[in-house]
Amino acid sequence: MSLFSKSSQRGILPGFGLTLGVTLLYFAIIVALPLLAMLYKSVNLGWSDFWTIVSSDRAVATYRITISAALLATLLNALFGVLLAWVLVRYEFPGKRLLDAVVDLPFALPTAVAGLALVTVFSANGWFGRFLEPFGVKVAYAPLGIALAMMFTSIPFVIRTVQPVLEDVATDVEEAARSLGATNWQIFANIIWPAILPAFVAGCSLSFARSLGEFGAIVFISGNLPFETEVMSLLVFIRLDEYDYPAAAAIATVMLAIAFVMLFITNSIQAWQLRYAERN
Amino acid sequence: MQNVTDLVRPVSGSKPSKRHGSKPVRISQRILIISAVLLSVLLIGVPLLVIFTYAFREGLAIYLTQISQPATLHAIWLTVLTAIVVVPINMAFGICVAWLVTRFRFFGRRLLITFIEIPFSVSPIVAGVTYLFLYGSQGLLGPILESYDIKIMFTIPAIFLVSLFVTSPFVARELIPLMQAQGSEDEEAAITLGANGLQTFFYVTLPNIRWALLYGAVLCNARVMGEFGAVSVVSGAIRGQTNTLPLQIELLFNDYNVTGAFAASSTLALIAVVTLVLKYLLERKQLS
Repeated sequence: MSLFSKSSQRGILPGFGLTLGVTLLYFAIIVALPLLAMLYKSVNLGWSDFWTIVSSDRAVATYRITISAALLATLLNALFGVLLAWVLVRYEFPGKRLLDAVVDLPFALPTAVAGLALVTVFSANGWFGRFLEPFGVKVAYAPLGIALAMMFTSIPFVIRTVQPVLEDVATDVEEAARSLGATNWQIFANIIWPAILPAFVAGCSLSFARSLGEFGAIVFISGNLPFETEVMSLLVFIRLDEYDYPAAAAIATVMLAIAFVMLFITNSIQAWQLRYAERN
Repeated sequence: MQNVTDLVRPVSGSKPSKRHGSKPVRISQRILIISAVLLSVLLIGVPLLVIFTYAFREGLAIYLTQISQPATLHAIWLTVLTAIVVVPINMAFGICVAWLVTRFRFFGRRLLITFIEIPFSVSPIVAGVTYLFLYGSQGLLGPILESYDIKIMFTIPAIFLVSLFVTSPFVARELIPLMQAQGSEDEEAAITLGANGLQTFFYVTLPNIRWALLYGAVLCNARVMGEFGAVSVVSGAIRGQTNTLPLQIELLFNDYNVTGAFAASSTLALIAVVTLVLKYLLERKQLS
């Protein structure tokens, strides 16, 4: 195989065969083999059994709840993310570097810890809950709590994708536009927004994808009621607990398929973003 | 829409244009900064604060009793052990991948980079389930393993394996862009001057990538220690045996031992804070 030969075109650096071999072997054992094992289990179910499981009322309810909560979480993160990225790039203020560092906390904090903290803060007598519940806003053990948990665990995505692009927006173009009489709203709408759009969309799709698969934070806050606050990942877990392995495999396969679709979408957006950046 | 005016004016890096005068802080700018800070405090700061407040609300003595329960201590030990096993393996894997895709051009290179990142896209629960259907008694290799009396599911090695899966891209993802940007001239020079592969790696490549490598390892470590969904599927969550710290938190919470749950959480929250500090320091190192 020419793939494994040290051809002179590869340059003089050693280690091609070694690193290729180790990478493929490790990837095959740790990542590919388990994924294939699950797909094999799912395929073995046969199409009609698979379809019965994944189209059952309870499963469909989890898709609806998961997707709508993830959409809400992504929307909130989109707004919060652009605001944060903007403030961190464009303004100087005391505590800016601390804010910049703290933004990553949701990635560093274990999801179980985040879930525990959120449910405590938003429960009826929690720090926030005691002010919200009198107004009829129920977060803990309600769909809103699911969205909040998803939002918390994916806060950094939009910020961290938009921030570097916003830093690179050429200020001379803005100055030129201003000298030509553009209003600031026009400058934002016509110069800055188009420049950050691909990164923004990429950040949103990452946030959405992460939200769809979130488990740890949601378990604590959602209340886990079938048809009301049960998400996809939780239903998989419940089916495992009931030793209903075919159902767990089928629903997990649906989640995996959704994850791959999201991966494809995100990759396409990032490729678009890259072309966009190169053109400018 | 006049008050969008100063939103657009960059403060750092370029001089304010004359037309808008030199008044440094405008109302709308202030509103944006204050709302950003306020929202961050409410969304990120308060959850962090609540963990430590609740952990210590019954006093230091109770905190120490809670944290030194045998089951919690065992969970801490298992969590640290998992990190000690998993992080070095994924550091080695990350270096290997980064060397492969940044130092050589080959067919399928871009596809490989995408594949490596798959674990980031897979829900932790799904990751756990895939391992169950590989090594579990219902799984692909289950019957073979059983015939040799090897048990992987619901044991500590299962926790190691699934943690390897979940965190496998962390180090590679930090190294690839850096090594791509650095190019391979330094290594080529070393090889030309007669160094062998290992010498080149240890004396040329490693010093160049050490901060990024450490950075990736720190992020990998945080995720390993905090992983919940995947580990909860494969560990069996046997109290005092295969319970990692995040699982122990859930167990204590379900037992209505809220203070105990928060005490256990405080250790992981502390690790998260240390992670952020290290991340901040390493980012500065990398820039300089």
